[in-house]
Amino acid sequence: MSQHEYYSLTVNGEQHPVQDAWIGESLLYVLRERLGLPGSKGACEQGECGSCTVYIDNAAVCSCLVMAATAVGSQIATVEGLNTDGSLTDVQQAFVTEGAVQCGFCTPGLVMAVHHLLDHNDSPNEQEVKEALSGNICRCTGYGRIFAAVESVISVRKSSAS
Amino acid sequence: MTITKTHRDVLGASALRPDGVAKVQGDFSFSSDLHAENMLWGATLRSPHPYARIISIDLSGAWKIAGVECVITADDVPGQLTYGLISEDQPVFAKDVVRYMGEPIAAVAADHPETCRRALAAIKVEYEILEPLTDPERAIDGSHPDIHPDGNIIRHQRIVSGDITATAPIVVEGTYDIGMQDQAFLGTESALALPDHDGSGIEVFVATQWLHEDRKQMAKCLGLPEEKVRLVLGGVGGAFGAREDISLQVHTALLALRTGRPVKMQYGREESFFGHVHRHPAQIWMRHHATEDGRIVKIEARMVFDGGAYSSTSSAVLINGVTHTQGPYQCPNAVVDGYATRTNNPPCGAMRGFGVVQACFAHEGQMDKLAVATGIDEVEIRLRNIIHTGDTMITGQVLESVAPVERCIRETAALPLPAEMSSHPHELDLPGGSGRTADRRHIVRGIGWGVSMKNLMYSEGFDDYSTARCTLTNGKVELKFATSEVGQGFVTLAPQIARSILGVDDVTYDTIDTQIGSAGSTSASRQTWMSGGAVDGACRLVRERLFEHVGALHGVDPLRLGIDDTDIIDTIGDFRISVQEACADLSISETFEYHHRPTEDLDENGQGNCHVAFAFVAHRAVVDVDIELGLVKVVQIATAQDVGRVLNPMSVVGQIEGGIAQGLGLAVMEEIIVKDGKVRNPSFTDYLLPTALDAPQVLISMIEEPDPQAPMGAKGVGEAPCISVTPAIVAAIRNAIGKPIDRCPVRPQDICF
Repeated sequence: MSQHEYYSLTVNGEQHPVQDAWIGESLLYVLRERLGLPGSKGACEQGECGSCTVYIDNAAVCSCLVMAATAVGSQIATVEGLNTDGSLTDVQQAFVTEGAVQCGFCTPGLVMAVHHLLDHNDSPNEQEVKEALSGNICRCTGYGRIFAAVESVISVRKSSAS
Repeated sequence: MTITKTHRDVLGASALRPDGVAKVQGDFSFSSDLHAENMLWGATLRSPHPYARIISIDLSGAWKIAGVECVITADDVPGQLTYGLISEDQPVFAKDVVRYMGEPIAAVAADHPETCRRALAAIKVEYEILEPLTDPERAIDGSHPDIHPDGNIIRHQRIVSGDITATAPIVVEGTYDIGMQDQAFLGTESALALPDHDGSGIEVFVATQWLHEDRKQMAKCLGLPEEKVRLVLGGVGGAFGAREDISLQVHTALLALRTGRPVKMQYGREESFFGHVHRHPAQIWMRHHATEDGRIVKIEARMVFDGGAYSSTSSAVLINGVTHTQGPYQCPNAVVDGYATRTNNPPCGAMRGFGVVQACFAHEGQMDKLAVATGIDEVEIRLRNIIHTGDTMITGQVLESVAPVERCIRETAALPLPAEMSSHPHELDLPGGSGRTADRRHIVRGIGWGVSMKNLMYSEGFDDYSTARCTLTNGKVELKFATSEVGQGFVTLAPQIARSILGVDDVTYDTIDTQIGSAGSTSASRQTWMSGGAVDGACRLVRERLFEHVGALHGVDPLRLGIDDTDIIDTIGDFRISVQEACADLSISETFEYHHRPTEDLDENGQGNCHVAFAFVAHRAVVDVDIELGLVKVVQIATAQDVGRVLNPMSVVGQIEGGIAQGLGLAVMEEIIVKDGKVRNPSFTDYLLPTALDAPQVLISMIEEPDPQAPMGAKGVGEAPCISVTPAIVAAIRNAIGKPIDRCPVRPQDICF
């Protein structure tokens, strides 16, 4: 098998050289196995579960469906880049305190999806939250505590804005 | 592993998960995140046929591919060729015959997953295709030749209780079909195996429910003594029963031992559907005899659980099914006939609810039929029949558990119903969800009920135990246990126990591995009771020694000492010292093994004290059904659950909401479609799971009546939420459309035609 591809990806604002790669590798594979960024998870390989959600040029995408080599020249953001100083974002903190995390496998993808939603809509209603998260499957929580976490972030942001 | 210190996260507090921060940052290591220097990837070749004779296997094509380091088959298994949880009837690799679609035949190790894929494609297997046995009734009637040396019936169990000739004026019967559900944990099977330098042993990081059982089965197949097989829990992305059996453990270890290099194996989603057992599809016939005022006089039942090609835990699932025929109701007379069959369908075994889900779907359908036949309200008919502590069950066992069934029903009924659907509802609130296909004019609402009873822990004489160690050093506690944390939250609960008993806040836990005695499986709603009991016991032993030390030092009888918050106090005097001060420069370590009370096997008439304890729950479902398109929206689930004692409210809510979502899945969407022994939908595109848009409003009442048998009064809460919610939803659909539906999941054609 030929593993001769060389290219460079911009992930979380940093240039990452990719060496000796196979052209068929997905962005999820390259992030996890070559760049040491395993925060994005793979659970379905079909874009159904959202566990691998990353942003490419600010669009939330399933990284399992993107060939890594096609992301050259794009700005890629992963869960590891949400807060590089080790502190938690408000969404991450709310997931912890509201009990939205059980096994945690869906969590990084959901955290990315929630940030993406709130970046584009600072006061989503219940239906908008559910629709925005319906591409991220969680098998443990039944979503109740996840909704609670999102509601808490929305209300804290609203009260601190006013 | 370090736990963030929180102030007084004792029992009863909603302590936060110690692994929560790592999980939200993507920093928590799941087994699939692990890497090792010089690591190879492993992959498995599986049968495309449900039943075939293997004529030949040609591995030469795989060996020729650059980057392939190892190719193995059944001929390379150094130890026992088969494994299994109860009966060792499943081959590590199929040798002469394959008995289900997806059965492993060979495995490869190579430098890259794509190399593995190509190597598998280059292996040539010649098959003689055989006629598969796919109808469990043919396994029972003997009309199909045995597909396995152990025969086509895994287990047959009768229950004969009371007067079998008894009858009564009201007789209702039904035949209920329960589909094959998948656990669909998000983190697929994965393991990293690291061979010892001299090849004499191996260390395996694996996502599993039961480290010690895996080790036992692996050691036999690898031909190694158990102490040469060390297992460490890799981060587990959900389990729900699917990690109780061996999947890739032996294959990964064999490839690593053979190559002398670390090997990582990880299933993709499609392979995961073939790589683990599922919930048994079942067909259950029941006939209830009752008085005109609705009291059950006799139940007749016949249950067929299709175990698929290998036995896994089928015999235990069957026992749970037949012994829960009556549900949470009194039943003086019963005749039950149960079969677990072997077919060429996918192997089935443990899934949350374990046989009781199927039995409950049938007995709750029967209660609704009884309500119609007697003209009694569906809540009242249940209340008239409820079982109480001290009642004798159809197995002859006396129900000793606290049994607040009446409170479960009444408190559920007291929870508010949802508002009527508005005349102009949001399209996402309609049946069809994001499909947005329903029309308000075609939508009808229905309400349905389900009540259930679930055994806790293992049954039938199994000596079930769990081990834990507590070490108190300089005012800090470290716990050690082999309890699999699969997301349920034992790692949150264990430190809460230690803080409560020892008055110490700084509690950490050591790596979860086989370097201590077994904790048993994270299944059967058992870890809060069993491993909680072990941690509780170990901490109490440490406290006893701490009191002896303090008593001797300060001249107080140790028996008078107690813990008050973070202080040690003389309970009948003025002496008080902080735990921190009292245990400076002190180190105490104690190990405790918790056993539950012994149980018995069932005899040929199904009589015996086979279960340890029970938990109860009621569910009320409200659904909107589009009768034109056959679409269902579950609007609300109200539930009151017997939890014994709430040790962590937020964790209990999480278990209840999550269990309800899985029961909802079985009610209206989740089914592995098997045709002629072949799985037709092994993907998340075709096997549908509840999404955020499918999540109903959930109203919860927790019923706290501490069970004196339980170490901390708390019953396991994991399984109960997913059991009677399924029949409640299906009953609500029946109520909405006014037609009988006796199967789950309910499909559009069941509603429309």
